[in-house]
Amino acid sequence: MKIDEARNYHKIDAVIVGAGLAGLRAALEVAKSGLTAAVISKVYPTRSHSGGAQGGIAAALANAAEDSPQMHMFDTIKGSDYLADQDIIELFVNEAIKTVYEFEHMGVPFSRTEDGRINQRAFGGHSSPRACFAQDVTGHVLLHTLYEQCLKHNVFFFNEFQVLSLLLENDVARGLVAWDIRAGGLHIFHARAVLLATGGYGRAWKVTSNAHANTGDGVGLVLEAGLPLEDMEFVQFHPTGLYKHGILLSEAARGEGAYIVNDQGERFMKKYAASKMELAPRDIVSRSEQTEINEGRGIGGKDYVYLDLRHLGKEKILQRLPQIYDLALNYLKVDAVKEPVPIQPTAHYSMGGIPANARTEVIKDAKGTVVRGLYTAGEASCLSLHGANRLGCNSLQDAATFGRIAGIRMGECCRENAYSDLPAEPLAKAQAKIDRLKQAPGKEKHAPIREELQVNMTKYMGVFRNEGDMGKMKAIIKQLQERYRMVAIDDHGAAFNLDLIEALELENLLSFSEVIVEGALARKESRGAHFRTDFPKREDGQWLKHTLAWRRDGKIVLDFSKGVVIFPQYQPQERKY
Amino acid sequence: MDISIKILRYQPEKDEKPHWQLFKFAIEDEATILDVLNEIHWVHDGTLSYRRSCRSSICGSCAMKVNGRNVLACETPIHRFGTRLKIEPLSGFSIIKDLVVDLEPFFAKLKRIKPYLIVDKPLPDKEFVQSTAELETIGESTLCILCAACSAACPSSWPNQEYLGPAALLKAYRFIFDSRDDGSDERLEIINDKNGVWRCHTIFNCVEACPKKIKITEYLSRLKVKAVENSL
Ligand SMILES: Cc1cc2nc3c(=O)[nH]c(=O)nc-3n(C[C@H](O)[C@H](O)[C@H](O)COP(=O)(O)OP(=O)(O)OC[C@H]3O[C@@H](n4cnc5c(N)ncnc54)[C@H](O)[C@@H]3O)c2cc1C
Ligand code: SF4
Ligand code: FES
Repeated sequence: MKIDEARNYHKIDAVIVGAGLAGLRAALEVAKSGLTAAVISKVYPTRSHSGGAQGGIAAALANAAEDSPQMHMFDTIKGSDYLADQDIIELFVNEAIKTVYEFEHMGVPFSRTEDGRINQRAFGGHSSPRACFAQDVTGHVLLHTLYEQCLKHNVFFFNEFQVLSLLLENDVARGLVAWDIRAGGLHIFHARAVLLATGGYGRAWKVTSNAHANTGDGVGLVLEAGLPLEDMEFVQFHPTGLYKHGILLSEAARGEGAYIVNDQGERFMKKYAASKMELAPRDIVSRSEQTEINEGRGIGGKDYVYLDLRHLGKEKILQRLPQIYDLALNYLKVDAVKEPVPIQPTAHYSMGGIPANARTEVIKDAKGTVVRGLYTAGEASCLSLHGANRLGCNSLQDAATFGRIAGIRMGECCRENAYSDLPAEPLAKAQAKIDRLKQAPGKEKHAPIREELQVNMTKYMGVFRNEGDMGKMKAIIKQLQERYRMVAIDDHGAAFNLDLIEALELENLLSFSEVIVEGALARKESRGAHFRTDFPKREDGQWLKHTLAWRRDGKIVLDFSKGVVIFPQYQPQERKY
Repeated sequence: MDISIKILRYQPEKDEKPHWQLFKFAIEDEATILDVLNEIHWVHDGTLSYRRSCRSSICGSCAMKVNGRNVLACETPIHRFGTRLKIEPLSGFSIIKDLVVDLEPFFAKLKRIKPYLIVDKPLPDKEFVQSTAELETIGESTLCILCAACSAACPSSWPNQEYLGPAALLKAYRFIFDSRDDGSDERLEIINDKNGVWRCHTIFNCVEACPKKIKITEYLSRLKVKAVENSL
């Protein structure tokens, strides 16, 4: 087929995959500069996962107490367990302030102080009240505001389009191919700059706070294109996931004074983090919970503990924590005013992702060689701002700030470069994926394979890890990948084929999960969210470095030569709370 | 418990018009409507399509009609309806497939009311000062998740596709009453129209349908007052 004759061919300066905070903020920047920007998203923009964020967005405005970018910087470094790159953090903490004021000027309805300024509240790991918030719907209002700004500036939206392959040749990005979910059919997007802002990969776990859309498609596409991923083994588990569902009960509950207790009614955090108690960083609280559960002190010996709000009183619960009250009631039939709420650690945030430099340019090796025209921002990326453990409220800020930077850099790239030619058979790879799922003679279904992956990731790749468990997981993934080859879908229609979409997503889940396991197996230490019972200490001598991973000839190849950027004044220390 | 579910199915390539399909199986007592749909799609019939993402009632994807009421599937436990369920897509929109309706007209209306802060004054170095009382005026209206349940419940919307409808008008309210905004005149001109705020006949269906319990009709009434004041 000749591309110029293809009906579904779009030529656009900057093509942005993902309509969360990162993607929309980038698109806005590109469109404002007079170039054409298109956002491709598999869900309507306002339905992106960013809208689910409740707590807040971090910036050292010092509106509620003394604060400074330097304090924000130190907290982030310590929170990261020293794996974050400090040049990135330095850029971030300064830009963060500007990002929040810009949001306010766009109309975000931030909660206010008595004198009418943006209000800020305390959050785990931050040494000053630094979270700018809008009640308990911060992500929701930020996302809607950005979407509306993009409408104003005439960003093109391709809503309910799922990207299936990157068009990349000789280290230059040329565009991508996406499936039109609504009507069916493949579309070619020919671009001068491409941004991957596809969000996190928490859907590889059964118990997760993540939306259905968070299947790590961006990291899957990059791996498939022969490029590396970074630090994928670092995944944050949030301590207060609703039992069995994994749905998040915001840290705000503990901020308001809720307790976490075991079967004996004991506030066990006193054994693990006596000074911060329930408000210690997430990795620590999650591990403490899991320890109680593993040692038989879960409620009734089962795999959960209680979040107890009762002492806060009915009025405070209903006024300050209405979302939490509703979630417990709707999902577990638990009335939080009268009963404690069953909780367990839930897979929450993906620290690892697509490696990029401070300009958000995707890199292809430890030396930092840039892939021209390919960018990444938000939870899909690994810059590395969060290192081994992200602080709450730093991720919305990450997405917005580096989204803006990505927009600026993409604009420059578009001005400096003409459109590069598309590869010879641009549709081939995407078409093959679809054809196979429609024509496969196999009897396998995608749902049970996904279920097995998720259940076992929760069992073997959770808060605590060890060589034996991970070895089992590795074998399970290999089997599941084999079975995936035999997957056939029931639905052969074109219009809104959910069966097809989910089957395509599963391929990504199976692909990057293998990288998570391989990275975690190789990293024989415990740092931040990655805790190994067989290697319980942080080993700065050997492991103060990033993990890069490629898929080559069907095998995962690891490289540990990418060092961590550390400033003389912020040398690693023991991390205590 | 054992449940029996009727779902309105429509596959454009196969079906001339929508038809009911019956499913019967056992599911956990705490299951939500979304769990029921997932169970059907993952185990019984892969061809069923519906929208969902956050599964925590904040993204607005999963609004649909269950036993005649508009609900968010993800937050609605089946025990609210008992063991017999009848699930169909939102009314008033054309069906793309099964429970998935065409929302393009809904989002296009939103764009018509200029849904963004319009500022004529110079921007401050830091934030605009806004009192808590000023914020409270618009607070509830900013909770809208664009699920379209209100439009689907509105008898003024069904016969008249040109009517802006409750969600877009609520958005107009959200900006017109924002103390930082200078664009009320432009927006009032758009909504002060027979297909604008005046087509709201205070039937209150939208308020009943809204999963976020937003008092939409009240805000639309305030818009009417403002529109009158402005044209005097
Ligand atoms: C429950 C919850 C609460 C949180 N609370 C906070 C908080 O209070 N503060 C904080 O800072 N952080 C919080 N976080 C984390 C934060 O919300 C996310 O890290 C952040 O929103 C990610 O934004 P993003 O733009 O990178 O991605 P997302 O918002 O996840 O957007 C991803 C986008 O990519 C699109 N996409 C994905 N794959 C494809 C594909 N193949 N084709 C086309 N489009 C695709 C999706 O449609 C979507 O538009 C929370 C996270 C969770 C789960
Ligand atoms: S006003 Fe309520 S019902 Fe209407 S779209 Fe918004 S949240 Fe949904
Ligand atoms: S899935 Fe998001 S509102 Fe129901």
